[in-house]
Amino acid sequence: MNAPMVEAKALAKKIAVSNLEFYYGDSKALKSINLPLYEKKVTAFIGPSGCGKSTLLRIFNRIYDLYPRQRAEGEVLLDGKNILDPSVDVNLLRSRVGMVFQKPTPFPMSIYENIAFGLRLYEKLGRSEIDARVEAALSRAALWTEVKDKLNASGLSLSGGQQQRLCIARTIAVQPEVVLLDEPASALDPISTSKIEELIDELKADYTIAIVTHNMQQAARVSDYTAFMYLGELVEFDETSRIFTAPRDQRTQDYITGRFG
Amino acid sequence: MTDKSLYAGRRRRDIIFRGLSIGATAFGLVWLALILGTLFWEGASGLNLAVFTEMTPPPGSAGGLLNAIVGSLILTGIGVAVGTPIGILAGTYMAEYGRRSRLTMVVRFINDILLSAPSIVVGLFVYEVMVVQMGHFSAWAGGVALAILVLPVVVRTTEDMLLLVPDSLREAASAIGMTRWVVIRGVTYRAARAGIVTGVLLAIARISGETAPLLFTALNNQFFSLDLNAPMASLPTIIFQFALSPYDDWQQLAWTGALIITLAVLTLNIVARVFSRSGSGQ
Repeated sequence: MNAPMVEAKALAKKIAVSNLEFYYGDSKALKSINLPLYEKKVTAFIGPSGCGKSTLLRIFNRIYDLYPRQRAEGEVLLDGKNILDPSVDVNLLRSRVGMVFQKPTPFPMSIYENIAFGLRLYEKLGRSEIDARVEAALSRAALWTEVKDKLNASGLSLSGGQQQRLCIARTIAVQPEVVLLDEPASALDPISTSKIEELIDELKADYTIAIVTHNMQQAARVSDYTAFMYLGELVEFDETSRIFTAPRDQRTQDYITGRFG
Repeated sequence: MTDKSLYAGRRRRDIIFRGLSIGATAFGLVWLALILGTLFWEGASGLNLAVFTEMTPPPGSAGGLLNAIVGSLILTGIGVAVGTPIGILAGTYMAEYGRRSRLTMVVRFINDILLSAPSIVVGLFVYEVMVVQMGHFSAWAGGVALAILVLPVVVRTTEDMLLLVPDSLREAASAIGMTRWVVIRGVTYRAARAGIVTGVLLAIARISGETAPLLFTALNNQFFSLDLNAPMASLPTIIFQFALSPYDDWQQLAWTGALIITLAVLTLNIVARVFSRSGSGQ
């Protein structure tokens, strides 16, 4: 966390965003965004409601594509390839860039199937391999001990915090390279929240993680880098420790000290 | 003081309107009870094993309704088998693929018209395009007429039930790399299953009592027939024929047939209710 900037610059960029603009119909929601997501690091996006942080996150897996009249311009390089290129297959992209949403969204099927369903999409696996991968994903998401005796119960029968960990397990089961977390703990109680935070800390050994959060303490706790956004612009991007101790921009300073937002 | 008189007036109006509402409800229920009561009274006395094992008799001799019951099952079966897949796929297009398209708005408008179209119009249409072309009445024509009645109900419920599935679920499914069809088959159909099945059951309930569209498509048949290219008996048309006849035993069979249809529809409605409740609790 306290590594000098020189070392940080040498990190591999998993995702590189340049001159990115985003439109909802005619209104511009993101203005000329430039930033990197470093490989196997956690990058937090903070800023007041409506500043565009979720919008930015939703570009990384092109989930905005589901809706007409939403479009992105500019460049988002994933391992050097522009994912905004129309020739990119969004389903393959999404198998590499997973996403967990604010509200837990278990599928209307059993706990086991919630995870196995995604596994069967891109891999030909035998029954025992699937069993092993389901167990591995649930263990990784710190849910295995709680659900191992009721894998056939509906995913909807779990508590909110368990449902969210199930969604995280589902996302990492397909072994993506990047995991996007859109306020993953904002609908959860403090204990579930701290479980999710511990999980993020463990996951960054293998995944590049981007997390949107309204909670600045959370950003400070879990992230290596922080991006502060305001009114569709990226105001400041730096190591988390710098953003929270010595921000360069006055607006960042005002936000983290609670003067607005 | 004025406050109190204002309140007293409001209370009086409350009592009056509550009384009117209860009265109107009671009025409706009394007729329903009378209809069901008469049906049970007249129909139950004729209910015996022969009804389910023997054919419709000539006047003056004993018999049952077997050919009509089997005919009704076959005609309803054709109607559901043809109407349900088309209806579900059309509803799926409207809710999933073409939610904002002009085609969806046009189909929805036409579907609403079809939903309230008099069934005799549908029968007349099928008479023109099938019976006249084929040169004879047939079970196929009757089944198709019923399918056209199933269609708008299933289209409507499928679309409505799929629209109730939150977009967040579609996003979550898409976010692990499912193609649109996999999202629909694997996730949204499952989430909407109870509602869609309920819609199909209600469509069956609706067509199992239809008479008008069968009168000049499947026509009627006094004999047992499984030939789909020939006229076929059905409970509603037999009831129509027997109830208008001057023979007591025919009239008795008409009452019994009416009771059987009513019980079948009632059962379907209860099953649909139970199904939609167990589904929504999931």
